[in-house]
Amino acid sequence: MNRKVGRWVAADFVVLVFGLFPVLWIISLSLKTPADVGDGRLIPSEFSFDNYQGIFDQGVFTDALRNSIGIALISTVVAVAIAALAAYAISRLEFPGKGLVLASALAIAMFPPISIVGPLYELWRNIGLFDTWLGLIIPYMTFTLPLAIYTLSAFFREIPWELEQAAQVDGATPAQAFRKVILPLAAPGVFTTMILVFIFAWNDFVFAVSLTSTSAAQTVPAAISQFPGASQFQQPTGSIAAAAVIVTIPIIIMVLLFQRRIVAGLTAGAVKG
Amino acid sequence: MSETTTTPAATEATRTPLAKRHGGSERARAERRLGWMLVAPAAIVMLAVTGYPIIYAIWLSLQRSDLRFPDQSEFVGLGNYITVLSSSLWWSDLGRTVLITVVSVAIELVLGMLLALVMHRALVGRGLVRTASLIPYGIVTVVAAFAWRLAFSSADGGFVPALFNWTTDPLTKTWPTIGIAIMAEVWKTTPFMALLLLAGLSLVPDELHEAARVDGASAWQRFWRITIPLMRIPILVALLFRTLDAFRIFDSIYILSNTGQNRDVETVSILGYNQLLNQLNLGLGSAISVLIFICVALIAVLFIKGFGLQTSGER
Repeated sequence: MNRKVGRWVAADFVVLVFGLFPVLWIISLSLKTPADVGDGRLIPSEFSFDNYQGIFDQGVFTDALRNSIGIALISTVVAVAIAALAAYAISRLEFPGKGLVLASALAIAMFPPISIVGPLYELWRNIGLFDTWLGLIIPYMTFTLPLAIYTLSAFFREIPWELEQAAQVDGATPAQAFRKVILPLAAPGVFTTMILVFIFAWNDFVFAVSLTSTSAAQTVPAAISQFPGASQFQQPTGSIAAAAVIVTIPIIIMVLLFQRRIVAGLTAGAVKG
Repeated sequence: MSETTTTPAATEATRTPLAKRHGGSERARAERRLGWMLVAPAAIVMLAVTGYPIIYAIWLSLQRSDLRFPDQSEFVGLGNYITVLSSSLWWSDLGRTVLITVVSVAIELVLGMLLALVMHRALVGRGLVRTASLIPYGIVTVVAAFAWRLAFSSADGGFVPALFNWTTDPLTKTWPTIGIAIMAEVWKTTPFMALLLLAGLSLVPDELHEAARVDGASAWQRFWRITIPLMRIPILVALLFRTLDAFRIFDSIYILSNTGQNRDVETVSILGYNQLLNQLNLGLGSAISVLIFICVALIAVLFIKGFGLQTSGER
């Protein structure tokens, strides 16, 4: 038994190193002084927060952070709301065309975003959506709908809907039955789906780099990819590393707090997929 | 909300034969109407935001349409496709994309299966392992690509060249760059593969393993004879999704090339992007976009038909 435990500890260790090493490297890089950034050392010889100070002094990064948070949150709320309606219908109702909706969601999950970047660029410039929040929210919510619909319908199928009727028999109004019985049961699934959708919107680069051009709507991934150095001859490595750490923090917090839910959400969608 | 709350009763009613005699068709019709109303927003958004642009892309791909010379637009039929398909650039980019896709997905399948087994069976630290592997899953792809670029690039002060005393910057050479791109891709997406496989592993009943163990099958035999055959569908689904995703590889290649300062290792998505947004040649760029779309559709059809993967229908 002890040998078995030992082997699992070794396996855990390998996974930990595999998962965390590149992140630790970026953190180490971000804590170097601007002069040491290029020294190639694994651990900073001198710790400093200058890189963080630097990016927060630059409007480029703070604007991008604001855009990223706003765009990802709005896309998440809208996509999950629309998907919840569809998922309710798919898991609870019988109607012709259900298979078609599921099939088109699947098709969009496979759709290459690069194929519509050109037309969207042209279209957005013509109708004034280029370099606006809405111009990114629209593609984000579209491309997250399949994930949201599949995950939510998997969760909704597990809800014991009879409880709602039972509550009504016991004298609750339909609104009360929904609010007090169904909503608490549905909330964990909806919340999990929101995490997954948020991660997608937070992550996107293809649309962000193609459909924005200024700090009006540029999100962090697009902004870091074009970070200028402090001077023409200086690589912006330290700023990139600091900005990379900042955008990773929300992801790490979500993963630490909701590991169970994220795994459940992804596997729930996958079993049926 | 009131509509939502009354439908469970309606659903139950249509399922009982008694109700069918009494206005059941009426209720069925109401249910159908509600179903359509509820899926309509999602269906309209998905259709409008992907269907319309892809048709527009097809139309653009048949035009000579260059934003730098807007007056010279004209219908050129399949001319753009002939230009793309007869250029060696398209074929070498396609070959490189296929190579990166096949190699990274193959490595991911093996590592992902190992990771899934650890997540599924570990006696100690199961939560820790799941948490640690969700970090690459959740991390922004651009950030992940930077982590790898800043580690390997001598120009950016990476520790890898310093550690091994490399004199040439690996990111200025084609093959090392492809290798680093594959490593970055594998690191970022193995956890996703593992999670999809984990879902499949949980479907394999423990009793089967017990029975086989009693009959004297080794762990190795049980893995190949029980786990793998029962996981055929989850494995194919995971492979399909990861193959399509890897084929669209864009972010990490874009970052690794450091806007052309490092070795440019072009994939088809990068080629399309450059034509569309750097050259502003909407005609040629759209032809490339449509070709990528066709490739993706072919991969999907190959998996679904070729491997007998049934994805549509009742779930």
